[in-house]
Amino acid sequence: MAQTLLQVEDLRTQFFTSRGVVKAVDGVTFHIDSGETLGVVGESGCGKTISALSILRLVPDPGRIVSGRILFRGNDVTKMDSEAIREFRGNDVSMIFQDPMTSLNPVTKIGPQIEEAMTAHNRFTPEQAKVRVIELLKRVRVPAAESRVNDYPHQFSGGMRQRAMIAMGLANEPALLIADEPTTALDVTVQAQIISLMKQLNRELGTAMMLITHNMALVASLCQRVIVMYAGRIVEEGPVEQIFKSPQHPYTWSLLRSVPRVDEARKDRLVSIRGLPPDLSNPPPGCKFHPRCPFVIDHCKTEEPSLSEVGPNQVARCWVLMRNVTDEALQVARTASISQEAVRKLRAISTDASSPA
Amino acid sequence: MQAAQPRQAAIPTADPVLLRVENVYKHFPIAGFGGAAVRAVDGVDLEVRRGEALGLVGESGCGKSTLARLITALLPVTAGKITFDGQDITTLRGAKLRRIRRKMQMIFQDPFASLDPRMTVGDIIAEPLDNFSIGSGRERGQRVAELLRLVGLNPNFTNRYPHEFSGGQRQRIGIARALAVNPSFIVCDEAVSALDVSIAAQIINLLQDLQREFNLTYLFIAHDLAVVRHLSDRIAVMYLGKVVETAGRNDIYDRPQHPYTKALLSSIPVPDPEVERDRAPITLKGEIPSPVNPPSGCRFHTRCPIARAPGICSEEEPVLEPHGARDQVAACHFAGQF
Repeated sequence: MAQTLLQVEDLRTQFFTSRGVVKAVDGVTFHIDSGETLGVVGESGCGKTISALSILRLVPDPGRIVSGRILFRGNDVTKMDSEAIREFRGNDVSMIFQDPMTSLNPVTKIGPQIEEAMTAHNRFTPEQAKVRVIELLKRVRVPAAESRVNDYPHQFSGGMRQRAMIAMGLANEPALLIADEPTTALDVTVQAQIISLMKQLNRELGTAMMLITHNMALVASLCQRVIVMYAGRIVEEGPVEQIFKSPQHPYTWSLLRSVPRVDEARKDRLVSIRGLPPDLSNPPPGCKFHPRCPFVIDHCKTEEPSLSEVGPNQVARCWVLMRNVTDEALQVARTASISQEAVRKLRAISTDASSPA
Repeated sequence: MQAAQPRQAAIPTADPVLLRVENVYKHFPIAGFGGAAVRAVDGVDLEVRRGEALGLVGESGCGKSTLARLITALLPVTAGKITFDGQDITTLRGAKLRRIRRKMQMIFQDPFASLDPRMTVGDIIAEPLDNFSIGSGRERGQRVAELLRLVGLNPNFTNRYPHEFSGGQRQRIGIARALAVNPSFIVCDEAVSALDVSIAAQIINLLQDLQREFNLTYLFIAHDLAVVRHLSDRIAVMYLGKVVETAGRNDIYDRPQHPYTKALLSSIPVPDPEVERDRAPITLKGEIPSPVNPPSGCRFHTRCPIARAPGICSEEEPVLEPHGARDQVAACHFAGQF
């Protein structure tokens, strides 16, 4: 059994806005083992990024961690004083973001930026840091690292900037690296380079990784375990093979079937989830997914299910579960279509130009 | 016009090719650099056939969006010929160009930037009708309402403003606007890439339904090959201002002939851990070179895993020739040989 590195217990992070309280993260419990790669998936606004920012206590105003515990090697992050949290960030856990251009300082050279991350924690002297920067850039495969430390971020391409960000994230040898959509802004071939780099680093350095993404394929490629979030809650969790082969929550099922696969032989109709994600300042009663769920039953509208065991190490928050859904219902979920009445009426309305164009 | 009529009304004897791009160039001069230019589109040949969806893929900077703007006559070409429905649009001006423009519409990537925030949704969708003086005021109103319903929005939303809608709903408004004048050809430039996955699926399904219903011809431009492959009948791959391969959606995946196509396809992760365990991406070295000064010979040779350089690949530019399946062309000296 691997050692638990991070244990998040019943985390609630809320935003106190003029429109009311937005429950961005609403009672989330999960853990990450040392060396493990965990994927956190869901769409914009599901709380995946806010969960990560909560771990680092970087929730922006007017947000606040309201309750819950975040234990890193047994120490509660939510109770750390400012000195301790400074040591924790970067040293124990570091984070890389989607857009490397906005997270690098444009007026500081790449080398000194990464050195700064190291000297800030007093683990390396400025001289050691200078040497180590070149090693790190080589490790993330930046070519001609010796001379490129003197470049400014704008002289780096998108892929190189993301490599520099990863180098900075690894500078203090953290036990956990949180990567928030690390490849989303990159081109396909560059994305492939970064994915293989991240796999290699996880293997070589044993750094645990929390990968936050909307891209299920990326999770299949990089992660061992996956958490699916919807409206501030975990709706399903389990080993990657299990979740992809036999998703039990309708949201997970829909997510997997709403993206086209490049290897599909035929053009199957995609499953589209009707409607929009709920407003988190006023979430629906019962299961938060019920207004969009194709398999909803009456019970879903009044009472919210809890996470319960649905397979080996797999839990889901659903009254119905996909294994109980009939083939007929699955078929219906695939075949919503456009309004035939609108088509007919549009054809009837004249579109001739009343005057020559 | 023909789009709103039943399918059999499509002219059966017409040229099967609706849009033909022949040796088209677009160079953007860089001021103060003594004749240097960004060679965004650098000799492109392409055909879009009536009723098909042609996918155009490539990485950022390959020239795919510039090509879209040349095809829709939003930008003048530097050289070459673009024929739409038998007419060379590169030489058309004034009223004739307007008539062609009515048949081709565009759907843009960013649903936030492509709708005027100070216009109501009704006015946004009616604007193309006004531009082309289509229908009476009452007919326009009816048409707007039906278009809204067609794209899955409430027909009573005509007096609302774009900021009241989500990204996916805005994209639907953009689609309704594009359909307003009954075009026969629609260019979708990254139409779903800014949307969340479940919303993107809604829009992808909508685009497919509309194509079937109105017999539309699509040029579908995107960097996401999975989405493009899902929506297209044929796919053209661009690299650094040139089309390097064109083939049917299955042939391009099953037997890519150009090494860039093969690398691009192998780079894309699949949402299936079992496939992922064995997938071996062909990792290309480096990144796309500058289009100001593209490499000599085959412009892919600097990143190509099978290039003979120095040699034929760095000296001689390959041309698009039939390789692989029927209806498949590739520009490579060693097509299929890897």
